[in-house]
Amino acid sequence: MSEAVLEHGAKTPGREALVEDWSRDKQVFGVPWGKAMMWIFLLSDTFIFSCFLVGYMMVRISTTDPWPNPSEVFALDAFGVPVPLLLIAIMTFILITSSGTMALAVNMGYRKDRKKTFWLMVATAVLGASFVGMQAFEWTKLISEGVRPWGNPFGAAQFGSSFFMITGFHGMHVTAGVIYLLVVAFRVKNGFYERRGGNYEIVEIAGLYWHFVDLVWVFIFAFFYLW
Amino acid sequence: MSYVAIADRDHEQEHHDPQTFITKYIWSQDHKVIAVQYGLTAIFVGLIALGLSAMMRLQLGFPDEFTFINPENYYQFITMHGMIMVIYLLTALFLGGFGNYLIPLMVGSRDMVFPYLNMLSYWVYLLSVIILVVSFFVPGGSTGAGWTLYPPQAIMAGTPGVDLGIILMLVSLAVFIVAFTMGGLNYITTVLQARCKGMTLMRMPLSVWGIFTATVLGLLAFPALLVSAIMMLLDKTLMTSFFMPAISSMGTDPGYTGGSPILFQHLFWFFGHPEVYIVALPAFGIVSDLLSTHARKNIFGYRMMVWAIIAIGGLSFVVWAHHMYVSGMNPYFGFFFATTTLIIAVPTAIKVYNWVLTLWEGNIHLRVPMLFAIGFIFTFIHGGLTGLFLGNVTIDLPLSDTYFVVAHFHMVMGVSPILVVFGAIYHWWPKITGKMYNETLGKWHFWMTFLGTYAIYLPMHYLGFAGVPRRYFAMGNTEFLPESAQDLNAAITISALFVACTQILFFANMIWSLWKGPKSDPNPWDATTLEWQTPDHPPKHGNWGHELPVVHRWAYDYSVPGHEEDFIPQNVSADDAPAGREHGGEHAIVATKEHK
Ligand code: HEM
Ligand SMILES: [Cu+2]
Repeated sequence: MSEAVLEHGAKTPGREALVEDWSRDKQVFGVPWGKAMMWIFLLSDTFIFSCFLVGYMMVRISTTDPWPNPSEVFALDAFGVPVPLLLIAIMTFILITSSGTMALAVNMGYRKDRKKTFWLMVATAVLGASFVGMQAFEWTKLISEGVRPWGNPFGAAQFGSSFFMITGFHGMHVTAGVIYLLVVAFRVKNGFYERRGGNYEIVEIAGLYWHFVDLVWVFIFAFFYLW
Repeated sequence: MSYVAIADRDHEQEHHDPQTFITKYIWSQDHKVIAVQYGLTAIFVGLIALGLSAMMRLQLGFPDEFTFINPENYYQFITMHGMIMVIYLLTALFLGGFGNYLIPLMVGSRDMVFPYLNMLSYWVYLLSVIILVVSFFVPGGSTGAGWTLYPPQAIMAGTPGVDLGIILMLVSLAVFIVAFTMGGLNYITTVLQARCKGMTLMRMPLSVWGIFTATVLGLLAFPALLVSAIMMLLDKTLMTSFFMPAISSMGTDPGYTGGSPILFQHLFWFFGHPEVYIVALPAFGIVSDLLSTHARKNIFGYRMMVWAIIAIGGLSFVVWAHHMYVSGMNPYFGFFFATTTLIIAVPTAIKVYNWVLTLWEGNIHLRVPMLFAIGFIFTFIHGGLTGLFLGNVTIDLPLSDTYFVVAHFHMVMGVSPILVVFGAIYHWWPKITGKMYNETLGKWHFWMTFLGTYAIYLPMHYLGFAGVPRRYFAMGNTEFLPESAQDLNAAITISALFVACTQILFFANMIWSLWKGPKSDPNPWDATTLEWQTPDHPPKHGNWGHELPVVHRWAYDYSVPGHEEDFIPQNVSADDAPAGREHGGEHAIVATKEHK
């Protein structure tokens, strides 16, 4: 007999349920270890990106040279007319679409539809890769116009520095995500997870990371291209 | 579909015990082995830092005697000493060392949740240490920018190690942060998600609470250091101007323009202040357990202690600019940060009162770990009180960058955590190795270290008041300083060398213990916490044999009336022993009442 051991399961609604969850034994969240760990990692990563963006804001405010006009610098010539933010609109659209295909993949994963999960994840990875490709294109364009980390013809040197640093750091996240997604996708396909009890939580965990990277992009987009 | 906790799954997790020497002790995924690897590496670099401090003291005590120490070296010694002590020794030892060893054992889990990642964490940490050590030997030597690495001087000609030294330092820090993140994610997830049956959060020993909260702080604070390291690396290598204003260097224009050195200070201290608590909170937690165990009394105000740890952790993110009062900030800003700084003193004082009240009328056994724990209370109060002075803008302005600051932070984050480290090593040594050490030698070690550190740091407060500046190679003919300041400096140096030498007692004791020491009892201190209740002694891979422990009570049932022994381990059920004094957790009270 061991009444002193806490028994759980009875859920009371509201604040009490919260307290109960947090104060119970064994685990605080009813989720697998990997997912809990991914959440915590993303929290830490949020702080990294926040520091980058706050740093960017501060140098932008404190520099004495004028800041280049984003709608001119980031314009793309379409049929001979410069369209502001054209490329970046496409890139953002692609990344957000990839969040959609990822969400579908998670859903298919839980239905254990391995084939659809695989293809949706591959689609997500392809969209991600094309995002990185377009970013490379944008970098090339800016570099050919003379933008460098240490200076540029349009104004404050910090423009190029923070642009390359932050989009580069984000691009590395996307690239890592593409690799991660492909690894998981192929494991889904070849039955790796079937052999481990048929658990497809990992698709959702990869999805968490992917959505996070998208979300960060929205902030970078707002702060660099719209400010 | 609800998720089934690992502790509830019926199929036993399989454990492939490592067979060869290599998998057992080198590429080990066992949290206990990783803990020892972390500990040994950290102590090794710590000894380097100790050696560097001896060199600095030689120069300060006897300015003209040691011609092999020139001003450049002195700055390099200072920088590497501070950086190693704070990050590569204390952070790594408390979290990578004690965190790894204690968390799974104390919460009743078989290992960290992701052992492979845990192993990687150690090897990446080792890599960061290697990069750090290499920086001593590159052309130009290691960086001499001070452990705060303030730009512009950190990357401008004239500072020692400005070429490769500073680059390697920043790279090493970034690598360390990667290592820390891999370990830290493990510690947090293990504490949150892998406790055994009956182990509620409010039944965890305070050691786990301290280490857990410190890890959370680390995961949120290290990002700021990582970002500032990346930015400074770019400023150094690609000539960006994040931190570098337009500046002229020795008559030439290095080509920087419009950056903000203050931005670095903000980022650095947004990391730097929580870092103080990353080192302090594990010490708080561990010392609480040492005091309670060796005083045979429950910790006073357990719940208050937990909330104090959490409150201190939270507040530590809103005080960082108290390190920047002299940077010329807006007075309202200073007012805000002074206020938050002084507010932190409240939960901290609660903790100190509770430690003292735990001792009150306790059945105190002055064994070696207890001596160190009590020593900690002294040094911590001491450093805490000077902190109250420095937290006030008007008092800090004249004292900043004097030896008063050096005395303060050495008392509060140098000596205090180090005393806890020693206490903890003595306390858990029998569990880790299965051997006992020599008690008398340990006591000598304690008294010489404790009194010796007072002899070092107490006089420094006076030097600070007299105006002796910090980070100076030599005083020269400084008019406002009395001659006697130099005598005091010489005395401090002698004490410092003395303390450094007495550490030999510690190492001798431990080596003797490993070699010839008597076998220890599985629970030599009659402690309640789970790590002392393992089926094997020392615990084997997987910790708990066939069955995970089941916890029935909090960690502090000492001297419970009506029980013949003066302790009741956490895994003893209410049928076999009195219910105990757990006032935490409504469930527990209900459950105990039901039993009656
Ligand atoms: C016997 C032990 C120790 C001695 C004799 C010692 C001595 C010194 C000395 C002489 C300085 C230079 C002060 C100056 O001129 O500004 C210094 C700086 C410092 N020490 Fe220690 N120290 C010891 C232990 C520790 C420990 C355990 C820590 C861990 C927190 C620590 C952290 C620091 C830091 C952060 C600095 C500042 C470095 C800088 O200014 O960049 N020290 N120490
Ligand atoms: Cu601080």
